[in-house]
Amino acid sequence: MPQNEYIERHTKLHGKRLDTEERARKKAAREGHKQSENAQNLRGLRAKLYAKERHAQKIQMRKAIKQHEERNVKGAAEEKEPANPIPAYLLDRANPTNAKALSSQIKNKRAEKAARFSVPIPKVKGISEEELFKVVKTGKKMHKKGWKRVVTKPTFVGPDFTRRPVKYERFIRPMGLRYKKANVTHPTLNVTVQLPILGVKKNPSNPLIEVNVSDLGIVTASGKIAWGRYAQITNNPENDGCLNAVLLV
Amino acid sequence: MATFLPPPTKRQKREEVERTTTQQDVTPLLATDLGSFKANFVDSDGNQMTDVIEINFSDATERNVSVLLNTLLGRDREDFTPYRFRIHIPGKDIIVDHYPTDLLGLLQKHGVTNPFETTITLSAEPQAVFKVQAVSRMAHRIPGHGQPILACQFSPVSSSRLATGSGDNTARIWDTDTGTPKHTLKGHTGWVLGVSWSPDGERLATCSMDKTVRIWDPETGKPFGSDLKGHAKWVLAMAWEPYHLWRDDTARLASASKDGTCRIWVVNTGRTEHVLSGHKSSVSCVRWGGNGHIYTGSHDKSVRVWDAVKGTLVHSMTTHAHWVNHIALSSDHALRTGYFDHTKDVPGTEEGKREKARERFENAAKINGKVCERFVTASDDFTMYLWDPTNNGTKPVARLLGHQNKVNQVQFSPDGTLIASAGWDNSTKIWNARDGKFLKSLRGHVAPVYQCAWSADSRLLVTGSKDCTLKVWNARTGNLAMDLPGHEDEVYAVDWAADGKMVGSGGKDKAVRTWRN
Repeated sequence: MPQNEYIERHTKLHGKRLDTEERARKKAAREGHKQSENAQNLRGLRAKLYAKERHAQKIQMRKAIKQHEERNVKGAAEEKEPANPIPAYLLDRANPTNAKALSSQIKNKRAEKAARFSVPIPKVKGISEEELFKVVKTGKKMHKKGWKRVVTKPTFVGPDFTRRPVKYERFIRPMGLRYKKANVTHPTLNVTVQLPILGVKKNPSNPLIEVNVSDLGIVTASGKIAWGRYAQITNNPENDGCLNAVLLV
Repeated sequence: MATFLPPPTKRQKREEVERTTTQQDVTPLLATDLGSFKANFVDSDGNQMTDVIEINFSDATERNVSVLLNTLLGRDREDFTPYRFRIHIPGKDIIVDHYPTDLLGLLQKHGVTNPFETTITLSAEPQAVFKVQAVSRMAHRIPGHGQPILACQFSPVSSSRLATGSGDNTARIWDTDTGTPKHTLKGHTGWVLGVSWSPDGERLATCSMDKTVRIWDPETGKPFGSDLKGHAKWVLAMAWEPYHLWRDDTARLASASKDGTCRIWVVNTGRTEHVLSGHKSSVSCVRWGGNGHIYTGSHDKSVRVWDAVKGTLVHSMTTHAHWVNHIALSSDHALRTGYFDHTKDVPGTEEGKREKARERFENAAKINGKVCERFVTASDDFTMYLWDPTNNGTKPVARLLGHQNKVNQVQFSPDGTLIASAGWDNSTKIWNARDGKFLKSLRGHVAPVYQCAWSADSRLLVTGSKDCTLKVWNARTGNLAMDLPGHEDEVYAVDWAADGKMVGSGGKDKAVRTWRN
């Protein structure tokens, strides 16, 4: 179990308070009053931040309302022929075809041998050890040796990772720089999906990650569901706070 | 690394030789004094077939009982029909579908402590006299189409001709014996959504996104007459008039379109005979029944039954809660193959052919000695309905519940006893066609099952799925008989030839594949 999920663990072990739902409902019901009070009474920087947040929320809300309104409009929608031929029984269905299109694109590309080992971003610069690790000097005895290192770059640790006791922990991986999920884009389809990370090809100097694509329903030729695929990182996660990647096709 | 067993010791070798050289004493295995029971044979309608006869438990294997029944019915050895028996447990409502190896044990298990001298009712279901073997390998991969294959159908004459319709606006006829293209049928200006052979195998109809239906001569690959224009939108499905109903020396063809109408064409003249309008939305499926009814299912949730001659509405069923996707008739196989059957003797005269086609239809549709064609409709509301318009009118016989997602296709087995349904919940389900009871769920696909097709002997079922594979199932046991990977992408169309030799499939990977055993 990950170390920080102690609340979930507690709920699993002891259950929830009997009035959880009631409290949640009441809290949600008070939300409007709370917002109103904040909007009227906050001052200074807080007010600024709050206004900004509300502004963003309202934009989202208006967009959603607009979408709903468009959905309700009945009219002769222009008859569009789907781009790829599909049999009669799939016509007129709103198919979630994107993920599937993904997989066939991948397959078509794989058929060309040369494309197999090419990556979208060909040049990858290595990171030196000094840049990667920061030396930690703590404690009086350890003062001179300085054998502890803090990883300064984003890392991926599996869900079953637990830290070693502080006394023995040589590499410290800061919580803020850990990533479990990546926003993976398909380059030609322009579909972006958030996928869990399965592993890292070489941690951390080579920005290739393996992502879990089982949600996409990609199927191998023998009729099994494809589990993992590689993606290449496109951004600087330590600066951006998120992990963007492009799926290798 | 494989683990090798040590070589047999001298003692083991000696014992082995001794065992193989001496005759085994099998007398205790065949205990003869197990007693006997009285068997009462009934057919599937519940009528008694012969007098009650006493059978020894030790002899009561399914094969022996089948031979006995044939003898009692006074058949010659050449005309023996294999039977399967369902055992009615005496004094209870339980019916055991599988004939066990140990009948006595089964009876005792069901609480019949002293089965001797009791009368046990065995309902005998005749099986096809021929046996189709499960396809097990890819015979040919025939490239040619430039776009995904959307439909395929084998000729009713033999398995050597396969027609496919594709997104590249052509239909093609393939010679499956050699794995070569035979004809390319060019003319459509939109995707070819359906192909359909006439029941005599002398015409091929194709329907397309370009709102037309075209008729072709499959021998020459030339168009027959001009294109049949009239629909206002895509033509989605077609159905030929059953061979025994052909009038005025011409066939008729029904076509269903997205414009909500179904048109009946006189094939020889290209004239529209009737326009069956009334559906409020796209007509997704059309079937032409053997007693002159046309069945249409539509996206407006209704199923309608029309009189084909007069063009009038007979019934309208509005029980479904969502789109109707597919319709299957209990006589589908017989109607599709007309006067062709496994004996391969084709009557010489027109009347003979017509008579044979009628006879085959009536055999397929007969229940309790009465011709009543049943049909089953599959819908987006996750259910199916079994209908019997002759006896029940607009009241369904049964509602087939069990699928957890949309049901895409439904098929009656050629002998009309089972129904197979393929759904988006990755499973195929087998139902009893008589009362609509759920029998088996065939699980194994990891993506929606788009199509399924029965073998001509009703023992096997092939399913094609989005997960790029075909799977062959044993319908009786529900076991996977064969897994057929090989397609590189979704399988859109699959068909099992009427003579059972071959399975043809096509899909998004643009190549036609044929499979044999």
